Amino acid sequence: MRKVAIIGAGPAGIEAASVLARGGVQVTLFEKSESPLKNIQDKAFLFPNFQAAQEIADDLSGKLLTDGITSAFGIDIVDAKWQGTEWKLFDAKGQTYVADAVLVATGYQVFDAHRKEELGYGIYKGVITSLDMENMIKHSKITNANGDVPKRITFLQCVGSRDEKSGNNYCSKLCCVTAVKQAIEVKKQIPSCDVSVFYMDLRMWGQGFEEMYRTAQEKYGVSFVRGRISEAAATFDGRVQLKSEDTLMGLPLKMTTDLLVLMVGMEASCGTKVLGKACDISGEYGFIKTVSPHLYDNDTGKPGLFAAGSCKRPMSVWDSVNDARAAALSIKDYIDQLKNEN
Amino acid sequence: MANRFWNEYQKTIADDHYFYERSCIRQTFFPGSEAAFLRMLREELNKDIFDDFRQHTCTGIGYHTDLVPLETTMTVVARLFSLMTEHGYENYVPSCVTSFGVFTEMCHMWQEHPELLDKTRENLYKACKREFNLPKNIAHPSDVIYHFRNELAEKMKYRLVNRFTGKPLKVVEHIGCHYAKIFPDKGVGKAEFPYVLAGMIEAWGGEVVDYPERRHCCGFGFRQYLVQENRGYSVSNTKKKLESMEPYEPDFIVSNCPGCSMFLDRWQYTIAEMEHRTYDREGYGIPVLTYEEMAGLLLGYNPWELGLQIHQVQAERLLDKIGIPYDPKDKYRAADGKILRAPEKPENLLV
Repeated sequence: MRKVAIIGAGPAGIEAASVLARGGVQVTLFEKSESPLKNIQDKAFLFPNFQAAQEIADDLSGKLLTDGITSAFGIDIVDAKWQGTEWKLFDAKGQTYVADAVLVATGYQVFDAHRKEELGYGIYKGVITSLDMENMIKHSKITNANGDVPKRITFLQCVGSRDEKSGNNYCSKLCCVTAVKQAIEVKKQIPSCDVSVFYMDLRMWGQGFEEMYRTAQEKYGVSFVRGRISEAAATFDGRVQLKSEDTLMGLPLKMTTDLLVLMVGMEASCGTKVLGKACDISGEYGFIKTVSPHLYDNDTGKPGLFAAGSCKRPMSVWDSVNDARAAALSIKDYIDQLKNEN
Repeated sequence: MANRFWNEYQKTIADDHYFYERSCIRQTFFPGSEAAFLRMLREELNKDIFDDFRQHTCTGIGYHTDLVPLETTMTVVARLFSLMTEHGYENYVPSCVTSFGVFTEMCHMWQEHPELLDKTRENLYKACKREFNLPKNIAHPSDVIYHFRNELAEKMKYRLVNRFTGKPLKVVEHIGCHYAKIFPDKGVGKAEFPYVLAGMIEAWGGEVVDYPERRHCCGFGFRQYLVQENRGYSVSNTKKKLESMEPYEPDFIVSNCPGCSMFLDRWQYTIAEMEHRTYDREGYGIPVLTYEEMAGLLLGYNPWELGLQIHQVQAERLLDKIGIPYDPKDKYRAADGKILRAPEKPENLLV
């Protein structure tokens, strides 16, 4: 039986493993953490239908029980070499593994907001990231730096994305709708809270996104301000002072908020960067480069080496899952071709 | 300081053999500061620093107000470098933050556009038959003091501690825009959280005040002040900063820029006259020191030789807090021993 190694047990890795296993392929699913689906586990609800992230995580976790999948968690694959007929994988401890084909599904990590010093993350307690806010929403405990219910919460889009200064010129694609989702969640939990979202432009590209944006304004009274926040500073009473420009009004703006939420963009994960470099498939910004985004978006150009999910670019869960299914099909074709050749 | 990441942003600061360039305006605004810097380098740190009497303006204010063309600024800067070259020095230390920005900017332009450097060499030679080398290191004097802050601390007689309460003095540090906002990597701690003055304050026992308008302009802003019609902007910017720092009750302000030190100090008088308000509890205002004055006081230099009596907000209450002795009779005694006429007392800002 042909063996496939999948590196990364996020939505893409698990979905591809499940599809391949159901097709009779023996799959080993490597994950450097001790448990799968970390990025989903961090979320409360997923847009646009506000489905609980835990439900999706449970559904995907169930697929791990498919016959033919061997879960190898806690193993950090750091290198892969083509041996002429098969791939040899190396983990961080020097152990090796072989496979006929390899799927890289090493995913993303969020931008480290400490890098935007002017916004005060890690310096002022009232400055948090969208990940921190997600955690607050998940536990229904949205509080300011003093542990009190905030009266005003301000979101800032494009932190570490579309930002030449931080080296990430690309759009992270999902932050716009995530801010809208989180703003609605805040208003559901604290109806009296004054919620604003600072944006460059709102990219409501997905089904249901535009409707969510409209609902946030009409039903929940969320304010959307076109402008970048240039700096944040703590006030004497522990709140956060913001400076910005309202570019629609053409006026400078200074305001004080209880929480500033930085919508951190998606970057290639460390694992993606390491494997991309080791296998010579690293593209712009450290994401995995594929042969063509149009027709061969899972092929890396190396024999038997494929890629799926947000290791290639920022992707939603459903994009990752669909991409993984396509990758599984490509891998199946490749394996069948090997059988025919033999 | 609130941000601990400054340590990742350090710059190269030469250890010895400096060519010093004086500021056009500091010798009037803070007449003891440059002398104190030279004394510290020579007497406390045993360093070699050369002070050439033939030096002149860098054109900074004229350059930034569009009165002096770029080619002229480059040639004038080149002449200053030629003095450094003539005396065999490679480490340039300009007293003024604006000069520091000008020299850094010219060197950057020459690096990016070598043809401009060739043209400047030609212009300088045509003008005065002089030649020059580029400095190997450009550091602001505040960089140099920061560099040796721990060595100086060992020699200091006093610390930035309130002797009545035993608590660290609360110090507002204000960095001149041209120190790190033009070229962030040329400033210790970069532009967002510069550490050059904060490092001195912390090493000498004080506590840095982080207040909302910390980054805001001091009020000088060249055109805000130099164009008379714009001076309202200048005062209002200073007012914004003073209002923002007021709740923290700072013991004093320290700055590394002539314009900033000047305006944060003098506009306190103006605001007191205009609005009958000051920014300390008792109506005396918040003293503003240069970093050389701060270091000099802690080293035990005579406050009047440092020139503190020239400031608008008077420093006696601060000296009392630290425990620095001073003789009020000498406050207006000139170098030749004569007692000068004391200035008039303002109505609203207590002295």
